[in-house]
Amino acid sequence: MAEIIIKNGFVVDPARKINGDVMDIAIKDDKIVEKVGSGAKEIDARGKVVMTGGVDIHAHVAGPKVNVGRLMRPEDKLFKSPNAQAPYRIESGFSIPSTFKTGYDYARMGYAFVMEAAMPPLHSPHVHEEIHDTPIIDQGALPVFANNWFVLEYLKNREIENSAAYTAWLLAATKGYGVKLVNPGGTAAWAWGLNCLTLNDPVPFFDITPAEIISGLMQTNEYLGLPHSIHIHQNSLGTPGNYEITLDSFRLAEGVKANNKFSRDSVMHSTHVQFHSYGGDSWRNFESKAKEVMDYINGQKNITVDLGCVTLDETTTMTADGPFEHHLNQLNHLKWANTDVELETAAGVVPYVYDKDIKVCGIQWAIGLELGLYAKDPMRTFITTDHPNAGPFIRYPRIIKWLMSKKAREETLESMKYTDKVIDATNIHSLDTERTLYEIAQMTRAGPAKALGLSHIFGSLAPGMEANVVVYDLNFNDMPDDPEQIERAFLRSSNFIKSGDIVVKDGDIVSHGNKRTFWVNARVKENPQVIRDIHEKFLKEYTVGLGNYSVWDCLAPNPYVIDIDVEA
Amino acid sequence: MALVTLKPYKEPELYLECNNISPDAFAGKTAAEISELEVREGKTRVRLGDYFEVSGKPGDTAEQTEIHIAGDCSRIKYLGTKMTAGSIKVDGNADMYVGGWMKGGKIHVTGNVHSFCGIAMEGGEITVDGNAENYVGSAYRGDWRGMRGGTIRIRGNAGNDIGTFMLGGTIIIEKNAFIHVSTHAEGGCVVIKGDVEGRVGGQMVKGDIYVLGKIQYMLPGFKKIATVEKEIDGVSARFNHYIGDLGERHPRSKGKEIYANLFVMAS
Repeated sequence: MAEIIIKNGFVVDPARKINGDVMDIAIKDDKIVEKVGSGAKEIDARGKVVMTGGVDIHAHVAGPKVNVGRLMRPEDKLFKSPNAQAPYRIESGFSIPSTFKTGYDYARMGYAFVMEAAMPPLHSPHVHEEIHDTPIIDQGALPVFANNWFVLEYLKNREIENSAAYTAWLLAATKGYGVKLVNPGGTAAWAWGLNCLTLNDPVPFFDITPAEIISGLMQTNEYLGLPHSIHIHQNSLGTPGNYEITLDSFRLAEGVKANNKFSRDSVMHSTHVQFHSYGGDSWRNFESKAKEVMDYINGQKNITVDLGCVTLDETTTMTADGPFEHHLNQLNHLKWANTDVELETAAGVVPYVYDKDIKVCGIQWAIGLELGLYAKDPMRTFITTDHPNAGPFIRYPRIIKWLMSKKAREETLESMKYTDKVIDATNIHSLDTERTLYEIAQMTRAGPAKALGLSHIFGSLAPGMEANVVVYDLNFNDMPDDPEQIERAFLRSSNFIKSGDIVVKDGDIVSHGNKRTFWVNARVKENPQVIRDIHEKFLKEYTVGLGNYSVWDCLAPNPYVIDIDVEA
Repeated sequence: MALVTLKPYKEPELYLECNNISPDAFAGKTAAEISELEVREGKTRVRLGDYFEVSGKPGDTAEQTEIHIAGDCSRIKYLGTKMTAGSIKVDGNADMYVGGWMKGGKIHVTGNVHSFCGIAMEGGEITVDGNAENYVGSAYRGDWRGMRGGTIRIRGNAGNDIGTFMLGGTIIIEKNAFIHVSTHAEGGCVVIKGDVEGRVGGQMVKGDIYVLGKIQYMLPGFKKIATVEKEIDGVSARFNHYIGDLGERHPRSKGKEIYANLFVMAS
């Protein structure tokens, strides 16, 4: 690493309100700087767009459920695994790519940071082993909390301080980044063969409701002052008519204030809202409620969302929402894997084909894009596919294309078998909005970086920031008429510099980079009750000893630790 | 039909993966261009001409192209992969994946074939004069979309896992088969003219199986409903008609459940 200068590109950097100005970006070692000497390596970006590296707030890219997907779907690799190019590793798989393909594909698209969206705490060593095996990109992982027996017991007794002490302990033990909630209470109920489909369904045995879990963990999160807000996959995912439950859970954030030193304003990140914006009461009269959901988000400034766009591909669904995967298997009769993770969570995996010639899939596709088009604040609305649940992450460029081009949306809509029925059940056909490059940079960079509390490192090209710079072959002043060119440009960047290291050149990988694992170490006052509870539960209930539970340091050999001192 | 002849002159040390031996890949090329086509030996890229002497000239389209391999292909995999038309004839044996993902045309192997013959086939005809190993006309590992059309005829014996996840088409085994016939099938027809050891039709949803010999161990999920006269592949006989697999889900049509049919020659 040394000095690099990226010259004469159209810089798009919403964090500094720069929109297409022709500028040079200077890099010294792993940071962006004001200027460099005349000996700096020059990269010519004339006529091309320059942005900071992408930040993905939600993708399932490492850990046991991803690996179960890989094991149970050898057909996902068939004819989709390019031969190895020396000196790089073989890449295999489509919806559940190998760790190497994951790193390479993200790098080709110019992504610098990816958050693994659901880490089962008991299996966190596996998550970190896979993260370590994924080259180039920086990663973090969110442990799941909302069905954890410790958390359910503390929150039932309204012991926020104890819940916070346990949360801090678990983040350190699993090298986790933040607080993930998946189907609060519902996954715990799945152990009894039940589910919690509304916010007031009591969780069996614990006698607590999803609403209490969500509010309790929101308070816990702000008590600790973590960089990221709670990150929630709401109850009743993927069910017609679920938008009202989605709105009910949003309302729990009303009046809650963000407490942190990371310039984060949100207190709730609601993930893959596409799956939570459904109207109707059956698949027959299934319709879009994207407008109702986004109208609320537009007015509620302390919530961020990501889209979870359906990309109309054959993919693999995987979630800690165990009961949902069972429900999905009953619909499509394909393969189903189900796992119970002791006191902590559960998971399921089912392949799924989003066929554009099925009406429901067409409507799902439209809902994801409508949410992206109705959003008034792109700084709070992020592009994802809930990889691989609604589609693989290598379709982000395609989503960008659809959001930026009405022509591209109409082409896809026209190619469906039930175009008229999809139009009747959605608003996509009447929406003329076309997102700009500036807004796309907000939705894929500045916005997610801020929501993760990482805006001091990622999401901007300001001097002092991490030297993540990507060059896309798009002319800011003369954007292509053919929307396919937008997708192609975002899929294979001209150049990508990750932490000062040139990792992609003309769309090809040229370095394995120097990836890091981000985790949060929140130091709280010693809490004897919580320590005693942990010892007791491990002795009585867990199948592993406490000494074998924590993630060893050697599994995350390049850590980036965010230390927080929590004042009591 | 324009004929191209491939004459093997060198035995590969490993196995050759020859996805490029198909009328589709040959059509419109000269013999010299065909010799230059890339094939793989292990992880090494080699030329077809390194192992075969190529003569003759193919037609302009796959349909007009006939390929004759004048020699044994025991170490050649993927003959006729994804071919859409034309024909391939092999004088001798062939290794795995003969006619895999094939859409049309004809393949004739005069010797034996190894496993995965006609895997995930969509159309066309495969005839094998000798025996086949396992996975005749089955789905690719993990896939739920198996053989969809076309005909596979094995004149000898076959091993296990015949027609797994089959959706359509016909497989005829003229002698005996081992275990696992039409597992998970949702269509298609498998005819076994000899005996089968067992596990016939496990988790089968729809489709037909005919066994002209004996099934040594019958699955408990099949129930006899009648004895019927049937004609199949030129043989007329009385068959015991079973339906199943009763342990599996079954679609409904006009208020009635649709089962898979198993016809076993009545003794």
